[in-house]
Amino acid sequence: MSNTFLGMPTLPVFGHGNLNATEPFPKAARRELANTQLRANLGHATHTIRDKRLKVVAELPDWEELRNAGSAIKNATMANLPALLEQFEANFTARGGIIHWARDAQEANEIVTDLIRATGETEVVKVKSMATQEIGLNEYLEEQGIAAFETDLAELIVQLDHDKPSHILVPAIHKNRSQIREIFLREMADVDPALTDDPARLAEAARKHLRKKFLSAKVAVSGANFGLADTGTLTVVESEGNGRMCLTLPETLITVMGIEKLLPSWTDLEVFMQLLPRSSTGERMNPYTSLWTGVTPGDGPQNVHLVMLDNGRTAALADEMGRTALNCIRCSACMNVCPVYERTGGHAYGSTYPGPIGAILSPLMTGIKSEENNSLPYASSLCGACYDACPVKINIPEILVHLRGEDVDSKRSKTKAPTQMDLMMKGAQWAFSSGSHLNLLEKGLPLGKLVAGRNKVIKKLPGLAAGWTQSRDIPAPPSQSFRQWWATEHQAPAGVEHPEGDQA
Amino acid sequence: MSARDDVMSRIKSALRDSPIAPEIPRNYSRTSTMNDEQRLEQLVDRLIDYKANVFVVAAGQAPVKLAELLAGSSSIVVPHGLPDSWLSGLPSIGGNDAGTVAVQVDSPERRLTVEELDAVDAVVTAAAVAVAETGTIMLDGSPSQGRRIISLVPDRHICLLQARDIVGLLPEAIARLDATAPQTWISGPSATSDIELERVEGVHGPRTLDVLILT
Ligand code: SF4
Repeated sequence: MSNTFLGMPTLPVFGHGNLNATEPFPKAARRELANTQLRANLGHATHTIRDKRLKVVAELPDWEELRNAGSAIKNATMANLPALLEQFEANFTARGGIIHWARDAQEANEIVTDLIRATGETEVVKVKSMATQEIGLNEYLEEQGIAAFETDLAELIVQLDHDKPSHILVPAIHKNRSQIREIFLREMADVDPALTDDPARLAEAARKHLRKKFLSAKVAVSGANFGLADTGTLTVVESEGNGRMCLTLPETLITVMGIEKLLPSWTDLEVFMQLLPRSSTGERMNPYTSLWTGVTPGDGPQNVHLVMLDNGRTAALADEMGRTALNCIRCSACMNVCPVYERTGGHAYGSTYPGPIGAILSPLMTGIKSEENNSLPYASSLCGACYDACPVKINIPEILVHLRGEDVDSKRSKTKAPTQMDLMMKGAQWAFSSGSHLNLLEKGLPLGKLVAGRNKVIKKLPGLAAGWTQSRDIPAPPSQSFRQWWATEHQAPAGVEHPEGDQA
Repeated sequence: MSARDDVMSRIKSALRDSPIAPEIPRNYSRTSTMNDEQRLEQLVDRLIDYKANVFVVAAGQAPVKLAELLAGSSSIVVPHGLPDSWLSGLPSIGGNDAGTVAVQVDSPERRLTVEELDAVDAVVTAAAVAVAETGTIMLDGSPSQGRRIISLVPDRHICLLQARDIVGLLPEAIARLDATAPQTWISGPSATSDIELERVEGVHGPRTLDVLILT
């Protein structure tokens, strides 16, 4: 009952910040695909992590039960979000924490800046956080004369190289060890010139580089993996100890968290702390997890703030078909198994959230009418690997198809007469809405072989589809479709990649 | 309207369709079927996999083993609630002769500074509970474990764990802990997988983790 809304409905208010691609996916993808080093690095990394994930997931006989619980807990969270937020707020505040609310990126950036200014500091240390990247906090702080130092190794690599993250878990996944060595030699003032590209030596260089910063930092900015409503507890999951440094040493801690990160209870953490590490790094448990509830007198920061961020999350929540995208725990398993991500890398998606989850979350948060993001729902072959890998069972392919439909509808309302794109996409919506429809269409594939020349490459597609062939040659379709090939070739261990419950 | 009220009203409006919160199916494993010996064995296996150093000794042997591990160290920090008996094997506690170990105690009355903590060779703490399945040791800030900072800044962490505090599965540990205590869950020494997804130990947290399990 508490969820029944009686007042005037507010229109969906979309998010801003680093959620928008700066160019359409097909264009960005074309450039990234040409980078063979990138593709080699990505291929190596995604395959390594896929194997690790499968191994540790297979170890747990109750993996499917954990996924079902995880999915239900998140659905329950969204259904009860107003009450849970109030409960969290009351508990966190009762123990000395201070909560701020931000409607959008700009407001969140202003709040954080004011909080830092109030301390008199001009430097902050940061723990890797998707939310602060989404709102463009570092850039904003720089404009305000505040230096933000990323302390996560991969974020540090990216920041030193003046580059952008390309993966939500391993932001420097597109760099290999020798590239990282070059960046360190070039950008770290105090680095040992004899530095080798041994990962252990590189990690040691990062330790030395950041140690003084940690020990003298007065203000830290973090994200949070989970907020527990029934206790008011925040959680950060990490590996290196940079998180612990930031969460423990400074006097002031400012955390930025999306409103969807809540879990109803402390007990729910037992589900998510089994799902998350195994799905993300392929480890039984990540090296460090920190939990704090407001202020602990004498232990850790005594000045504890939390910024609760909307920035388009409520717009995603308003989409009944799409709202489960908010259940995402940012494990990155979906991008590690995605055949499109593996080839294009994260930069092609433009937004802070790349890969399959980004292809749905970014347009849901910015609105599908956002010009640059409306190509994202097409950045998928709908193979379904992301759904099978997702620890909270987000049906990404279904939401992609839903958003493609929305995109078509939004364009039609602008142009009146159905465009060729409309027809194609309506067709695609029909095709992808059911496996049997798709199978029917795939039977038509061998035709493409006739159109292609001897070199098995289709140089030009007719009509609007020519947009795709402008940016790349399309290899002639194989005599067998991907889905047919997948069905015959991809026999994952039963109960792991194709859990029975998912086939319904 | 305040930002809070605005966001709340947006949420309520987004949930106009009044979605039903589903029942949570908790039919995943919540209690382990392993016996004491199997739990110990699994925890040791996991910790070694994380490149922690693990020693299993009878509780009465703790002082001797600890002294052995600290041979060559000149200073350590301990939380004020650490059982004194564990340190009884150290040569001339607090003395200044060569070969002795200076023990600094962090307490609410005398909180050590970051610089003091950065200068010691090791920290010795107890633990609240450990999970065999995941190889995780949990500290909850109680007097035998101390403030979070003391187990973070020194480069070596020696953690003494009572075998009776080993549980099989994560849900069993959650049931024992108080959510609102400042917690640190530790699964091996500090590590990173950020370079080509290869796990290397030793970044910002203690680079050496010694776990002394007392049976
Ligand atoms: S959508 Fe699922 S698999 Fe992808 S990052 Fe989110 S939780 Fe992980």
